[in-house]
Amino acid sequence: MSKGVLVDITKCFGCGACTVACKLWNEKKYDEVNKPTLGEKAQLVDINWTVVSKHDVTDTAGQSAWRFAKKQCLHCVDPACASSCLVGALRKTPEGPVIYHPDLCVGCRYCMVACPFNIPKYEWEKSFPKISKCQMCSSRVAAGEQPACIAVCPNQVMQFGDRDALVKEAHQRIAAEPRRYVNHVFGETEVGGTAWIYLSDQPFDRLGYKTSVPKESLPAFTWQILSKLPLILVAWTAMLSGIYFFNKRRHALADGKQDSTGGPQA
Amino acid sequence: MTINGNRISFKMTPFRLVLIAFSIVFVGIVFYRLVTGLKLTNLNDAWPWGLWIFIDVKLGVALAAGGFTTAGIYYVLGVKKVKSVVKPAILTAWLGYCLVGFGLLMDLGRWYGWWHPIFSWGEHSVMFELYMCVLLYTIVLTCEFAPVLFKGIGMIKISTFFTSLTAPLVIGGIALSTMHQSSLGSMYVLTLGKLNELWWTMLLPVLYYTSAVAVGPAMVTCETALAGRFFRHEWDHEAMTFLAKWSGYIMTFYAVLRFTDLAVRNQLGALFAFDTVSLMCLLELGIGTILPLLFFWSYKLGGKVMTQKMIVRNAVLLVLGVALNRGNVVFTGMAKAAGEYYFPSIGELFLSIGLISVGILIYLFIVENFDVFPAHRHHAGETANQARPEGASCVQA
Repeated sequence: MSKGVLVDITKCFGCGACTVACKLWNEKKYDEVNKPTLGEKAQLVDINWTVVSKHDVTDTAGQSAWRFAKKQCLHCVDPACASSCLVGALRKTPEGPVIYHPDLCVGCRYCMVACPFNIPKYEWEKSFPKISKCQMCSSRVAAGEQPACIAVCPNQVMQFGDRDALVKEAHQRIAAEPRRYVNHVFGETEVGGTAWIYLSDQPFDRLGYKTSVPKESLPAFTWQILSKLPLILVAWTAMLSGIYFFNKRRHALADGKQDSTGGPQA
Repeated sequence: MTINGNRISFKMTPFRLVLIAFSIVFVGIVFYRLVTGLKLTNLNDAWPWGLWIFIDVKLGVALAAGGFTTAGIYYVLGVKKVKSVVKPAILTAWLGYCLVGFGLLMDLGRWYGWWHPIFSWGEHSVMFELYMCVLLYTIVLTCEFAPVLFKGIGMIKISTFFTSLTAPLVIGGIALSTMHQSSLGSMYVLTLGKLNELWWTMLLPVLYYTSAVAVGPAMVTCETALAGRFFRHEWDHEAMTFLAKWSGYIMTFYAVLRFTDLAVRNQLGALFAFDTVSLMCLLELGIGTILPLLFFWSYKLGGKVMTQKMIVRNAVLLVLGVALNRGNVVFTGMAKAAGEYYFPSIGELFLSIGLISVGILIYLFIVENFDVFPAHRHHAGETANQARPEGASCVQA
């Protein structure tokens, strides 16, 4: 079963423990001055695989309030990045995480262009940069454990489990407390679904989530084209050969001698 | 060492000295880039692709389409009147693809692994298909041009061997080109939701392929006009008129497709919204599609004979139009999704300029020493072309 995570944003108070756990587990450097993991300016970059961004909002009671949005790779069910990779350096594992194999990567950065959420980042400072993004602690997940960020959360903001069950759970929570949540499970249908899904009392675009993405799986569009290519290739080559021989014969007859379609220097 | 019985020659002119200067700078930047990575670029997480992908890959491949189109017109369709342009077109396509390959290598962050796709297939990736086709087609072009090179250095048997491969090479070349020219468009199908809808359509592969088939001969026309001026060749009016008509008809098909597509997807409102994106799209369509078609059809319907000036002007417009189109897809259409601006760094700029300079220098060397142009025979002992005064062949270039 493919794993997923349900994030309840209403429970997060922005302590940032998850970002620390992420850095420790994945051995990423700290640079809170230029690349903060917490606060208004928090941004996913090469060394930040997860961040908690702070947003000023108005709550349901009309009071101004803070909300904290945990961001990381959403691990799409049908990931555009994996389909875009020309060497298969990005792969969706059966357990759910979309993981990166740097040994294969040639650094073309098509995955960065392809990702609908702009998640993959690049080590621009390095001589031989790698793509950098959350791996959903794939070794832990493969061993049946939850990702490091979830394990350390003091308020159980995140719930790790089977993705399909979590989608049901999310809808049950909305049904149980319709005034607490907006009626939208972010990640349920976005780009055909993501492993990480979210609940919130605020519209997701106000928390910096990209909601304007298509509802369909993106690789399906490309595959519509790519899957037709072998047939087109064969038919086109056959047609060109036919035209070639037809014209060759026509010219030979017209000239009454050998054809003149030799090489470039003929 | 001699080529075609003549000593190797490479005349120095101020223009070539400038190109050599750019090439020296280029070599320096290349080494710096290979050692230090992409730090010298202005690329960042918002703009992972920039000038190099645009000029060296997207535009380079489109403008090198003259190779497979003219070869197809001559060998497959059997249109003999374009003969004079076939060899120069294959030469520029071959050099073009070599430059594209080098440009792409420069853009790869982990360039030493450039061969990985050959063994590790990402068969769901358009980029994989593009990589394979460009790699194979560069080999095909090398074989297509090989007869001229081997004949030049006196290896007649090898030259004849490659000549005997012409038919399969040309047909295979067209098939490979069809695949990867369209793939350059298919690549952006995956950016649904990011690329502006004025450009995002499922027809991207068809539009890219059609415009490449139209712009290829137009680029050949521009090159022929330039080479004709530099080397004092006679303007082959019959061949050029055929290419102009070819581009005109194909571009008409492209225009119908493009505007129907915009209309069907309800994008005509966005097209005339007159914001930056709409203005760039209108500029692209105006320069690259409407103007050349207006000229073409007014000559055609008016029954007038196309003049050299008109043919070259139309070709230049088509080239500009395709450049604008590819640039709009890479930059204008993606700007909103990126959320910030990008402008190439000096290093990026000079690497691209240097790469093109190297290409022009190699081109000049080859046409000066090998039998590329029909009227440019050193060994004939007589000047076939009356328009070319003896010894005045390369005074300008």
